[in-house]
Amino acid sequence: MGKKEVLLEIRNLHKDYGNGPVLEDISLQVEKGEVIVLVGPSGCGKSTLLRCINGLEPIQGGSILLDGREITDGKTNWSQVRQKIGMVFQSYDLFPNMTVLDNVLLGPLKVQKRQKAEAKAQAEQLLARVGLLQKKDAYPRELSGGQKQRVAIVRALMMEPEILLFDEVTAALDPEMVREVLDVMLELAESGSTMLIVTHELQFARAVADRIVFLDGGHIVEMDDPETFFTQPKSDRVHRFLNTFVFASQSQERKHSESQ
Amino acid sequence: MVQMLLEGTRDTLYMTLMATLFGYVLGLPMGIVLAVTDKNGICANKIVYKVLDFIVNLVRSVPFLILLILVIPLTRLIVGKSYGSTATIVPLVIAAAPFIARMVESSLKEVEQGTIEAALSMGAGTGTIIWKVLLAEARTSLLVGVTIAVGTILGYSAMAGVVGGGGLGDIAIRYGYYRYETGVMIVTIIILVVLVQILQGLGMMLSRKLDRRRREL
Repeated sequence: MGKKEVLLEIRNLHKDYGNGPVLEDISLQVEKGEVIVLVGPSGCGKSTLLRCINGLEPIQGGSILLDGREITDGKTNWSQVRQKIGMVFQSYDLFPNMTVLDNVLLGPLKVQKRQKAEAKAQAEQLLARVGLLQKKDAYPRELSGGQKQRVAIVRALMMEPEILLFDEVTAALDPEMVREVLDVMLELAESGSTMLIVTHELQFARAVADRIVFLDGGHIVEMDDPETFFTQPKSDRVHRFLNTFVFASQSQERKHSESQ
Repeated sequence: MVQMLLEGTRDTLYMTLMATLFGYVLGLPMGIVLAVTDKNGICANKIVYKVLDFIVNLVRSVPFLILLILVIPLTRLIVGKSYGSTATIVPLVIAAAPFIARMVESSLKEVEQGTIEAALSMGAGTGTIIWKVLLAEARTSLLVGVTIAVGTILGYSAMAGVVGGGGLGDIAIRYGYYRYETGVMIVTIIILVVLVQILQGLGMMLSRKLDRRRREL
């Protein structure tokens, strides 16, 4: 792998809600076009890390740099920075009183002040890409969870961000709908998008990631390419984590076959 | 008599609608400020919130009948006299604005935090979030609030009859209470009930029409 441009850099990040650190001494570099998947047990700080990058949570130490410029020095125009950092949430968070098209156009029209015709053309093209063009005039309540999440991804893409953050975007979905969302993300990864993904879908993580970051107790425990991470984890902690998933998936399969 | 009741109805409607209008002119911005400056709001500001919160509570804890008399000097200053339906609008607005502010605040706080964060994550500024997310998404709840406000103000306006405030309440007190003409009083009550029903029905119909969140339209 040749020397690539570093898009996002996190240096010794420290996050504290006031009762002990949630994230401690986190350092991470994300190169342009790279896909990094954050895994780890619930409550390990993965989602918090994403929220810090987007300025939704203040940090108590360290710094975050986007395109080599520090965005955590207190002088940041977050409105501008956030346009470069797209985020997709677990609970979709579409605007319930707006149609699909209005949902994805709000950012481009009201924040970026783009021309309606041009933004609309892009919206239709992106909706078509995720297979939802026919739903453009529907309201969120008329969509399935998977469809809502694909709209939420389009909404983030409409801002033409430099990096996309995915915060457990399939965690609230019915199992059959997980795939359609992951397929969209896989396609984005293949087309060269820079992505930072928090997920519990380990198989997906293995397929999509350039690097896997394992977080536990607010620390980065391990950082490796997917092959090494899944086949020869260095630490005991990751080993145990991966094992619980094997058990979990086996017992799920068993329940599944019983119910049939 | 019919003429008088018609005029009374007209005066009551005039007071109620004008007071609602001006009540919102004052109360809506106050409610927005309360919602966005509270601790989880997009412009959290403890001092601003506490001050406004205190003012709202203060005015809300004065019984309307007392307020009516208390603000007579102010009413004279603004309208030039202290009786009649136009003069009654002043205390009505003062009583209604904090109450409206509270309802607006609670409506806006019902908007999912997630949708606000989604807008923030796209780089939306405070103004965009207030207009396009908070007010747009809370519109059903806000309209229900308007309906409640109209009903409450209508009731208050009748109370103003005690001090010669004009409208149906005035008629009910002058004829029903001072002259023992129970019939007139009952008729005014019936008219008031019908008015409330009509206004309530209109408000609810409109808010249902604007609600895109539910399936059963």
